[in-house]
Amino acid sequence: MSDPLLRLSGLTKAYPGVVANSDISFDIHAGEVHALLGENGAGKSTLVKMIYGLVKPDTGRMTLNNAPFAPSAPSAARLSGVAMVFQHFSLFDALNVAENIALGMENAPKQRDLAAKIKEVSHQYGLPLDPFMRVGDLSAGERQRVEIIRCLLQNPKLLIMDEPTSVLTPQEVEILFKTLRQLKSEGTAILYISHKLEEIRSLCDTATILRLGKKVATCTPADTSAKELAEMMVGETLHVPERAAGAFGEVLLDVTNLSLRAPSEFGTALKEVSFKVRAGEILGIGGVAGNGQDELLGALSGEVSSTNAVSLRGRDISKLGPQQRRALGVLAAPEERLGHAAVPDMSLTENALLSAAVRKDMMRSGFLNWGKAKAYAEHVIKEFDVRTPGPANAARSLSGGNLQKFVIGREVLQDPDVLIVNQPTWGVDASAAAAIRQSLMDLAAKGAALIVISQDLDELMEISDHFAALNEGRLSAIRPVQGLSVEEIGLMMGGVHDSMEGAA
Amino acid sequence: MDLSSINPVLLIASLMVSATPILLAALGELVVEKSGVLNLGVEGMMITGAICGFAIGVNTGSPVLGFMFAAICGALLSLAFGILTQYLLSNQVATGLGLTLVGLGLSSLIGKPYEGIKSPTLQKMELPILSDIPIVGPMLFSHDPMVYFSVALVAATWAVLKYSRAGLILRAVGESHDAAHALGYKVVRIRLLAILFGGACAGLAGAYISLVRVPQWTEGMTAGAGWIALAIVVFASWKPWRVLIGAYLFGGVTVLQLNLQAAGAKVPIEVLSMSPYLITIAVLVIISARGNHGAPAALGKIFHASR
Repeated sequence: MSDPLLRLSGLTKAYPGVVANSDISFDIHAGEVHALLGENGAGKSTLVKMIYGLVKPDTGRMTLNNAPFAPSAPSAARLSGVAMVFQHFSLFDALNVAENIALGMENAPKQRDLAAKIKEVSHQYGLPLDPFMRVGDLSAGERQRVEIIRCLLQNPKLLIMDEPTSVLTPQEVEILFKTLRQLKSEGTAILYISHKLEEIRSLCDTATILRLGKKVATCTPADTSAKELAEMMVGETLHVPERAAGAFGEVLLDVTNLSLRAPSEFGTALKEVSFKVRAGEILGIGGVAGNGQDELLGALSGEVSSTNAVSLRGRDISKLGPQQRRALGVLAAPEERLGHAAVPDMSLTENALLSAAVRKDMMRSGFLNWGKAKAYAEHVIKEFDVRTPGPANAARSLSGGNLQKFVIGREVLQDPDVLIVNQPTWGVDASAAAAIRQSLMDLAAKGAALIVISQDLDELMEISDHFAALNEGRLSAIRPVQGLSVEEIGLMMGGVHDSMEGAA
Repeated sequence: MDLSSINPVLLIASLMVSATPILLAALGELVVEKSGVLNLGVEGMMITGAICGFAIGVNTGSPVLGFMFAAICGALLSLAFGILTQYLLSNQVATGLGLTLVGLGLSSLIGKPYEGIKSPTLQKMELPILSDIPIVGPMLFSHDPMVYFSVALVAATWAVLKYSRAGLILRAVGESHDAAHALGYKVVRIRLLAILFGGACAGLAGAYISLVRVPQWTEGMTAGAGWIALAIVVFASWKPWRVLIGAYLFGGVTVLQLNLQAAGAKVPIEVLSMSPYLITIAVLVIISARGNHGAPAALGKIFHASR
């Protein structure tokens, strides 16, 4: 094989208390799609930040085309031909596409020339874009295009992509992969970071797997099964959630023609959303972020009241607030962990109390029973394996995955009749995600009705009984998960409802 | 009441003078806020600039040196704000309010020996040819240099923000500091420069009051002009030309109501005195009622590059 484009040898980076990367070495060749795999906290981000010049390695060296490569800043990395598409888009909503692209370029040309260039390149790669649109008005897929075009305009030799597909519909993923394959055929190397193993198996030539800051293996993903890849990431045999398919009971939650105005300029209006969930059933609701997920959760949890739209066991609860609904057994865990599900600067005990006070009887004539609250928080920590020194720690001090376990556990252990969760395993590593999913399925098996809103389709396919998708605030037809193909799901997410009903 | 005693030419000429301090201060604050920082210390920096400029002007006899020193003092005071908020990550609202209190106290301390003295002032600069035009000449083109400077600064700020790369980067930092940091821009440094610019502008604004508009030193002589400047930035939707409209409107109504008071209008003085505030806010609310308001998305948020 020819000399590598980028060679990493012995890269090490330590932060106070943790070694983020320890002695990592591998090669990336021109025209190669190289996957970087690992759980949260395995050190993927630190590694790419070193390549992109955002972080300096403590020891170790990199060579680019056989020349020493030590970028001191992202601009230096860009000048050497390394470009990066970020996981959380590094875009500016109030600026237009051309301005956003100019910001990510060294020596950006004049706006008018740049706009022409953007049009040309975006067509060449099948990612059409209007250079004068405000980025805030674009969809997630289009926003990602902006990032990719920004990189492509600089003719990168190495393109780093950090979890590019997490916000895309299956169709958008196909378009992206086509573009990436075109780039590969032109000789661009791609470093591709993802959790999604099937994607990696279909796209990538080589995969490097990190665990706890160390490289554990480099393999050819096409020859390795997804299960093997996952086990190398986690370092243990993966426990796949299972459940016995049981019969469903009576209808617990009935939502009929729920329509709500958009709460803000950037929100989504809900339009005639209707569904029923029975005891023991898990309804999975998919869809690209920003299509009404938060609004739906708000209407179900009681944060937003509606009119004659939500009923529990035939009783109208649409006017009740969250505490009243909790008392009746309708619980919810929103997506945003810090600030919505939990108060960042309050302790876990206080956070447990905020949600569980009513159902767990932590109040007596207006006075709080701290002993009970603390015991309940400890119970959640123990049952859900939350890694924290104790319930007196602030919610903010927990890692995302641990806090998520706490937030979900806090609701599940209250024995709800109806539980609504939004993105239950967002940013949680594989083994914790499996534990959360298992707990949700166990809860359903005990006779609760669950609504799981998620952007992770694999997750929904794994745990739900029925599936529906939100698109611009409208809910698609509800279909049994068994026998549902990826194409059908894509169409449901894209808002093509009518043809689906014929197929159903 | 004798309305004929109000001379429209003099009225417009004096409104430009009366609006200039607010215009300068608001323009500086606009740049600061565009970078995503909310500095509520404008009033404090203005009054510090007023006394520093006045002291140097009196002692050296040169108002130009006074203005320069006032800008430096305003910038120094804002540097304290910058270090506190950008490096020590203190709360911007509380720090800004503190800055105003410090400025007011500091200025009255420095200003004690200067009470009752008259300062040297800027000479009028009649622009050749233009100032000879009848009516328009004396109205618009026969002012001191700072008036022209402030209008030129509006144009410069507008052009830099809209067309230059530096302006684009400044706006980007104010829009999302995390994204700007990820792209490799030095968020803290850019914000610090913006804060210094805002401080210098506020210093100039203060010196204009004590050296030209009044021209002498009295304790607390800025009388809330810094707060009006802050309000104008918001109601002008962070757009430089609208800041000019807002400042001139405020200056205009102020001058007009003084003239009306002098002419003996049969309106309670209290109503006349509050009219500049009411009218300015009403007009700018109407202007900004349509379209997007354009508040920088990261305004007032603390940035820490730890992620």
